[in-house]
Order: sequence, then C-alpha cells, then structure tokens
Amino acid sequence: MISTNFLAYRLATALIVLFGVSVLTFGLIYLTPGDPAETVLIQQTDQQPSQEAVDAFRAEHGLNDPIPLQYVDWVAGVFQGDIGQSYYSDRPVSEMIVQHAPATVELAVAAMVVALLIAIPTGVLSAIHRGERLDVACQLGALVGVSMPNFWLGYLLIIVFSLHLGLFPVSGSGGLENLVLPAVALGTGMAAIVTRLVRTAMLEELDRAYVDAVRSKGLGERIVIYKHALRNALIPVVTVVGLQFGFVLNGAVVIEIVFQRPGLGTLLVDAIFARDYPVVQGVVLVTAVAFVLTNLLVDLSYRYLDPRIRLGGVSA
Amino acid sequence: MSSETGTSTQAPGSVDRSVLERVRSELRGNPLTLAGALIVTGLAAVAIVGPVLTPYDPTTQELANRLQSPSLAHPLGTDQLGRDVMTRLVYGARISLGIAIAVTAIRVVIGTTVGLVAGYAGGWVDEALMRLVDVQLAFPGLVLALVVAGILGPSLRNVMLALAVVGWATYARVVRGSVLSVKEREYVHAAKLVGTPPRRIARRHLLPNVINPVIVLATLNLGTVVLATAGLSFIGLGAQPPTPEWGTMLAGGRNYLRSAWWLVNAPGVAIVLTVLGFNLLGDGLRDLLDPRQQSRLEEV
Repeated sequence: MISTNFLAYRLATALIVLFGVSVLTFGLIYLTPGDPAETVLIQQTDQQPSQEAVDAFRAEHGLNDPIPLQYVDWVAGVFQGDIGQSYYSDRPVSEMIVQHAPATVELAVAAMVVALLIAIPTGVLSAIHRGERLDVACQLGALVGVSMPNFWLGYLLIIVFSLHLGLFPVSGSGGLENLVLPAVALGTGMAAIVTRLVRTAMLEELDRAYVDAVRSKGLGERIVIYKHALRNALIPVVTVVGLQFGFVLNGAVVIEIVFQRPGLGTLLVDAIFARDYPVVQGVVLVTAVAFVLTNLLVDLSYRYLDPRIRLGGVSA
Repeated sequence: MSSETGTSTQAPGSVDRSVLERVRSELRGNPLTLAGALIVTGLAAVAIVGPVLTPYDPTTQELANRLQSPSLAHPLGTDQLGRDVMTRLVYGARISLGIAIAVTAIRVVIGTTVGLVAGYAGGWVDEALMRLVDVQLAFPGLVLALVVAGILGPSLRNVMLALAVVGWATYARVVRGSVLSVKEREYVHAAKLVGTPPRRIARRHLLPNVINPVIVLATLNLGTVVLATAGLSFIGLGAQPPTPEWGTMLAGGRNYLRSAWWLVNAPGVAIVLTVLGFNLLGDGLRDLLDPRQQSRLEEV
C-alpha cells in the first residue's frame, strides 16, 4: 500500500501546485502590452476607444478592483463553477468549454488507441530482435516519428487519403470517418515515444528469471512472450501513456486547426487571436487542472501497482 | 589548494584524450550518431553560408512565376507569390537554428541556476523553487507557450520569449538531482572545511558534475524548440509573412495541397530532418556523456 505520509505529501504538493496554476492563469492577461481593457476594445472595434468606453468596460468586467481582489473574486467564481463570460458573446465560459471538450477528448482517446496499436507490436518486435536490423529499423522509425511535426503529418494524410484516394473527408467532425486521420496524425508521434518504452519494458521482462522458468516448462516462445512477458511489461507502459495526456493536449491544439475540428484547441486559439481573455483563462485553467489531476492519479496508481517503486521511497 | 584542483578535474590531460577516443569510437560504432552529427553540421553550414549560394531573394514576389513545380531553375518550385521555395528554406534554416539556440541557451542558464541553488541550499529554498518547477510543469508546455506568445502579441521574438520561460523547469530538476547526488561526496566536504565560499564550490565542484546531463538534454531540446517554433508560427503566433520561417511557409501552403504539393512538403521535410538530426546527436551524446543512462541502456 501507499504510505499515508506519501499520500499526504503528494496531495499537499498538488494543492500548492493548483494554487500556483490559478495565480499564473489569472495573471496571464497582465502580460498584455499596455492596458488589457484598452487592448480588448481596440481588438473588438478596430479603433482607439474613448476613455468613457474603456472605463465602462473596466466597470462592467470588474477590472477597476485591486488585482488581488480580482483574483479572489475569480477563484471564488471558479469554485462555484463560474469561470467568467466571453467578452464577445457574453456566454458563460464554462458552457463554451463543455460544448468544445467532447471533440478534444474524443480525439485524445482515439490518438492514444492509435499510439498503442502501433507501439505495442513495434516495441515487442524490436525487443525480440534486439540488436538486429529489424530492431534498428524500428528504433529509427520511432525517432523519425518523434521528429515529425504532427501538423505536417496531418497534411500528408489529407493529401494521400482524402485528396488522392478519397477515403476520408478533409475536415470536419462528428462521425468516425472524421476522426481517423486526426487520430493517426496525433497518435503517431505518441506511438514513437511509447514504442521505445514497450521495447525497454519488454527487454526488462524477458531478462527476468520467471521467463526462463516458464520456458523450461516447455511453453512455446509465443506464449512466453505474449502471455507472460508482455502482460507484465504493459503495466508501466499504460501508466506512461496516461502521463502523455499533456502531450496529447499540446498536439490536439495544432491538429484541430489542421482538420478544422471544433475542440478546445480551436476554441483557445480563436480566443487568443480575439483577445477574449476570460475564455483563454478558462481553457488554460481547465487543461492545467486536468493535467495536474491526471498526473496525481497516475503517480498514485503507479506506486500502488508497482512494488519496486513503492520501495524506492519519495523522490520529491 | 592542490587537493581542490586535483579532485575536481581528475588529471585534465588524460580525460581529454579518453574523451576524444570515446567520441571517435561512438561515431565509428554508431552510424546513427554519425548521421545526426552530419545532419546538424550540414544544417549549420547551410544556415551560415547558404544565402550566398542562392541567386534569389527570399521575400521578393514574382507573381508571373507563381506556383511553378520543381525544375532546374527552382529545385523545390515556387510558392503562391512566385518566391523560390529552396531559397526560403535556406533562409528559414537561419531562423530556426538561431531561435533554437537562443531559446535553449536561456533555458539552460535559468534551469541550471535554479537547480544548483535548490540542490545546494536545500531546506525551504529548495522546497519553494521545486514547487515553482512543479507549477510550470503542470501546464502542457505548448499550450502555455501559445497563450504567453499570443497575449504578448504575435511575433517571432515573443515566441522565443514564451518558449524560453516555459521550458527551463526540466533542467532545474535534472541539475538539482545531480547536485544532491554530488554534494555529499568527500571532496565537496573537504572544500567546505577549508573554507571555500559556496559560490566557488558550486562553480568548481558541482557544475562540472552536472553539466553532462544538461548537454544531452539541451541537444535533444534544440529539436523540440524547432518543432515548437514551427508549430506556433504555423498557428500564426510566430513569424509573420513574408518571413521565410518553416512553420509559416507550411501554413501558407495549406490552400494548395492539391495543386502545389511541394509547398507544405518542402518545409515539412526540412523540419523533420533538423529535429531528427538533433535527436540522433542527442542520443549519441547520451551514450557518451551520461554514464548512468548508458549503463541503463546496456543493461536492458
């Protein structure tokens, strides 16, 4: 089991980090060169706003309060599920996020599935043929995969599968046919990382005594590899795939733009260009909190699942 | 004094020779590292002298020549404004490598300093700095960089700033870890006993011991920064037209996927090659410089 001390420490640090995240997210808009209210109004009306307009905007959005008070108000709102309203449509940001999140979550999950589908066979092959040409080829392939900008891969897929073969639509969202290309574009880069991991984990398992024991019972090599070694090797792999959540979010932004999918990424980028600060803050806050909580869960479950780590002690 | 120099550098002459030998054997024994070194050297050469070799200007428009497919005069064709794609790629190498080096340098300086201070000072200083690191790592990096760059205003300079301030945390973690493992060694205690000031201990004894993992990380990071810069420019937050930046070029080609396939693919290949070069080189350097990692790799 996980020691209570560790659990308390990990929860405490997660809380401190969440506090830091909220301060940073809130503070982001003060990076604006010049006065945020003025900048937003210039963006909205395309002309220099009058002083009255700026004052009215400040009053309407509570920008006249001292900054610490604004922060407290904002956080208090967050705890009540209110992360502000869009400067443009006056819609609640939470509503916009709820509307855009499913497309991103769908893409993220599909990309992870693609990554595992590519990485498990490649990693296992690589490990079985360690040091041989096939292994080097798999590893080089993985390295190319990591080095590939996923937005370019997206266009390559569109050129081949949409424009030339006509198998999938160029853009849009909704059905499965709209999900395949974005998921492949996003999943390939992740597959490259996971392949290396599967290979390492498999090599470690294949070196263990139990593998020889199972072999000596006369079981076929296939059963040894797939039923015994792979099963154990997958524990750390699945955990690390969970940790790739941030990677998926990073990639989703760009991929959503390539395939024009209405997800959190497109919402964020549109809001940035429009200087719709409440929306920017909302999306950043939600992704960061989701990221922190996933990492916490992954970290805890990893320790729970793997006694070797549990005995390793706290590495803060 | 003699004990101090003796322990920290371990007979400089012999170290140099064995390092050279190891570099040579790594390059001989591992063709992938050699390939990485060649790619990176080639790119650097192109970035430095390339513009001299091409007869075209990267930004002058020649609308009569627009969207020409690859030919002898234009090996990679021309773009929607009649500019030579090859020329723009060559100038783009300058931008990408320049930004990658600048961003990585800033990250290394900030990260190493924070890591050294945290590891050496310990206590509440360590705790506070590491929580700061945690906060930074709590954001998906590109998302944070994107927001910072976007709010500062779209430009290449702001992309550079954004990438630099969101990327130093990993260095701080790595350096702190190394410092913790070194600072209890006898020669550090000895230096403390003879009254060496902390600043000097950090510079003479701790830094040389933590620098290797930093070099490896920085090399791999150069590739990541190239990717991130291209990505942010692709979204429209970085280099603005007509700057010949790879990500911007790729974005400009997206309306011509069918009629002019080379517009997205030429910069795409340039980016992959560059990042691959840094990754291959970084992996090779890890074998050479980071013995702990090396033994782990041999073990598995």
